[in-house]
Amino acid sequence: MTEYNFETEGVKKTITYLNRKAPYGTIYALEVLESVLISAAFEQHANIVFVDDGVFQIKKDQDTADLDMKCFLPTYGIIEMEKEDADEDEDMDMNWRIIVEKESMEARGLTTDDFKIEVEVLSSAELADVLDTSDAVIGG
Amino acid sequence: MAAYSVNGAEIEHDEEGYITDVSQWNRDLAQIIADAEGLDMTDEHWSVVDFLREYYNEYQIAPAVRVLVKAVKKKFGPEKGSNKYLYELFPYGPAKQACKVAGLPKPTGCV
Amino acid sequence: MLHTVNKSPFERNSLESCLRLAKKGSAILLLEDGVYAAINGTSVSDKVSGATKDNSVYVLGPDMKARGLGESQLIDGIKIVDYAGFVDLAADNDGVTPWL
Repeated sequence: MTEYNFETEGVKKTITYLNRKAPYGTIYALEVLESVLISAAFEQHANIVFVDDGVFQIKKDQDTADLDMKCFLPTYGIIEMEKEDADEDEDMDMNWRIIVEKESMEARGLTTDDFKIEVEVLSSAELADVLDTSDAVIGG
Repeated sequence: MAAYSVNGAEIEHDEEGYITDVSQWNRDLAQIIADAEGLDMTDEHWSVVDFLREYYNEYQIAPAVRVLVKAVKKKFGPEKGSNKYLYELFPYGPAKQACKVAGLPKPTGCV
Repeated sequence: MLHTVNKSPFERNSLESCLRLAKKGSAILLLEDGVYAAINGTSVSDKVSGATKDNSVYVLGPDMKARGLGESQLIDGIKIVDYAGFVDLAADNDGVTPWL
């Protein structure tokens, strides 16, 4: 029988979260957001990427009051806070990037001023490299 | 639905004692919930409750225990920055018991 | 990196985004409704055919068969794999990017 090693001490992987859906029509956006928050506990490197309609997830001024649904736009602030925390803490080896694909953003008439959180804008070609060098990609 | 009576007002709660509308919370209510939980509220207890409420107001979700530990450590020093210390304050767990006193919804998962 | 596309290219932009963001040289597997992208004579055939020049493109045989599609309709350069072949692709590549 194969022996598996489940020792995780000191293991560092880069996980990319690929958000491609708008926030309220389907459950994808919220599910990916929850998995990002859970993964923060494991201090892994992460790329939180917004592509296609996923860029609408972080559009500011969302107000779901009339839908009787919870508005989870403020929750993305945790990602920003975790990233800043990790950047400032020298003892912490955790590199997070919050990335928007330029082509997706522009196709939807958006600029970085429309977003609730601070993002890094990359071209398709640059983003292709980020995906290719990830250890795991979680789609949504 | 059952309710807490606070200064003449009725504040609804679920079968486990979590209030159903976060916005109805006040400190008198927190004291009543804490009494029901058998908690002797100290400054440290109130600091945790205040932190939970501030965090929830900003992010619309309860913090991960790890984040809470970090915040307590910052405020009260490294010897109190541990999961163990939080359990000393809230024996049924910081997530479940402290959230109840703070008027937050019952945490659904590990965050 | 193995990229998987499981949506019809006529309903969603999953294939389009995959082709835009998959690095040259990576493997692409069409499965479930994604297999409709693998056949000749559609509005996306040229694009998919172009992708076979830069990438290894595969299609999951059982999903084609279930949808009444045969090997003769397949775009040149696309290889058919069975479930075992899917497992090999996942194992041989460093990670899987799903385009849902």
